[in-house]
Amino acid sequence: MTNTIVIAELNKGSIHSTTKELVSAAQMLGSSCTVVVPCTDSSVADSISSTSGVEKVIVAKSEIFANYDASGWASAIDSVTPEGIIIASASPQSKDLAARLAARRKVSVVQDVVAIQDGKLTSPVYSGKAMQTVSMSGNAVISVRQNVFDASPDGGSAEVSVIDASGNVATAVRELIARASARLDVSEANIIISGGRGMGSPDNFSHLEQIADTLGAAVGASRAAVDTWDDIPHSMQVGQTGKTVNPNLYIAVGISGAIQHLAGMRSSKYIVAINKDPDAPIFQHADYGIVATWEEALPVLQSSLSAMM
Amino acid sequence: MTKIAVLVKQVPDTNSKIVISGDSVDLSSVKMVMSPYDEFAVENALRHKESVGGTVTAITVGGAGAEKVLKDAKAIGVDEIVRIDCDSYLDSNALQSILSSMIAEGGFEVVYCGKSAADTGAGSTGPGIAEHLGWASVSNITDSNSEGNFTVVAPLNDGNAVIEVRLPAVITCDKGNTKVRKPNVKGIMQAKRAQVDIRACEVPTSSVSVVSQSLPPAKPEGKMYEGGQSASEVARLLRDEANII
Repeated sequence: MTNTIVIAELNKGSIHSTTKELVSAAQMLGSSCTVVVPCTDSSVADSISSTSGVEKVIVAKSEIFANYDASGWASAIDSVTPEGIIIASASPQSKDLAARLAARRKVSVVQDVVAIQDGKLTSPVYSGKAMQTVSMSGNAVISVRQNVFDASPDGGSAEVSVIDASGNVATAVRELIARASARLDVSEANIIISGGRGMGSPDNFSHLEQIADTLGAAVGASRAAVDTWDDIPHSMQVGQTGKTVNPNLYIAVGISGAIQHLAGMRSSKYIVAINKDPDAPIFQHADYGIVATWEEALPVLQSSLSAMM
Repeated sequence: MTKIAVLVKQVPDTNSKIVISGDSVDLSSVKMVMSPYDEFAVENALRHKESVGGTVTAITVGGAGAEKVLKDAKAIGVDEIVRIDCDSYLDSNALQSILSSMIAEGGFEVVYCGKSAADTGAGSTGPGIAEHLGWASVSNITDSNSEGNFTVVAPLNDGNAVIEVRLPAVITCDKGNTKVRKPNVKGIMQAKRAQVDIRACEVPTSSVSVVSQSLPPAKPEGKMYEGGQSASEVARLLRDEANII
């Protein structure tokens, strides 16, 4: 069996829960899974060493990992990572890293994997309008979408080693110009509530924010909303020229469901659509559709959800 | 004089319907266009040239049919257009080998490309060729400034940052606030007459191969409700049926 190496996904100084999903994916591709943890502080690795299926944890410790630099990270991680199939998360940063790691090892990379069967990998192509299954010979680097595989349960006791890693950094941060808003980013959220031009004005997004606060969700927007209102930043845009998201729950409010938008969210596990137009294409993709104006539906949704939390 | 390259790819129009025939996607009746993010790459490349001087070369890999996107780039101001003649399937390593040797031979100092192509959505080519070349790379930039030290704006974990990049480098472009220029009549006429520089290449072996393509599994029909009051029933189903809340 092939060696598999999971590159731990870090988020705000701790190991992201999707890392345990990557361990499950690794077990479908080979045996003896090693988790490599790129970090500045080796204590973050404790949370992964007790995951079932993990045989070894390699803590790659370096100041390089304080800020993402593609060249520096790829060289540093490569230097501590054994041979085998490398598995990373399909977050924007980790896809970038996966591509560099693969090129560094002169192997290919398969991105956005959503299914693994008999060693074959399936990913969405054409913005999710089709699925493509590939086979690989030899080693490769793959990135795996979040919320697709079950997390590997607790119940392991991996051997942990700490290695000082170093790499060739080629970029330098000069200035932080826009602090990430206190609000959760759509690319990191398990629940997203998005508004479209049907919201009528950017001020009305406060109704979405209220529900987001109740659910611990992120607020997103359609391209039409971002293009129409300067107050709705591009960072909130879900869809073809925005972010691709894969949450457990996606609530689309006043969004008609243009192909552009569907491309970014159609693989969400559950989709709720609220739209006053019964013929809006978004309803064809919704698990639960509500034909109503947002003014009618959101207060009811807000109070029902609050009562459940 | 800075030698700037921009990588462009032909993809199905993002509004087109994807049809499967047999076990692969049938693109025979689909309108092909420049991949949307590549348009931002061309714009950033042209701005780079305008501020420091130099030339912009647009490069694509494909058969003769892929030349339209080169002409589109020419119409808005790139200087040279190059097609690497290869119409067969290439995995990421094979494609990046071809492109990186072309870029090394051409003596380019900076390469722009879209953050991902609208067909594969992978986003591997930019960072991959940077690694092949041993260059710096920054992905998903929303702005660039080539006056003085070269800087780009790109997302980091804690927000957007101005990042200084040592050249040579590969820069992959997101939309941001970039407005893409439109061709004028003169540009379109020049593009029509422009010669495409066609280069042969050796096709490396691919270790990843496509087994099949299919439509995504159809979603079971959802439940539809009328009126705002039904939102309470949907909230209940999210808890009791979907187990999300």
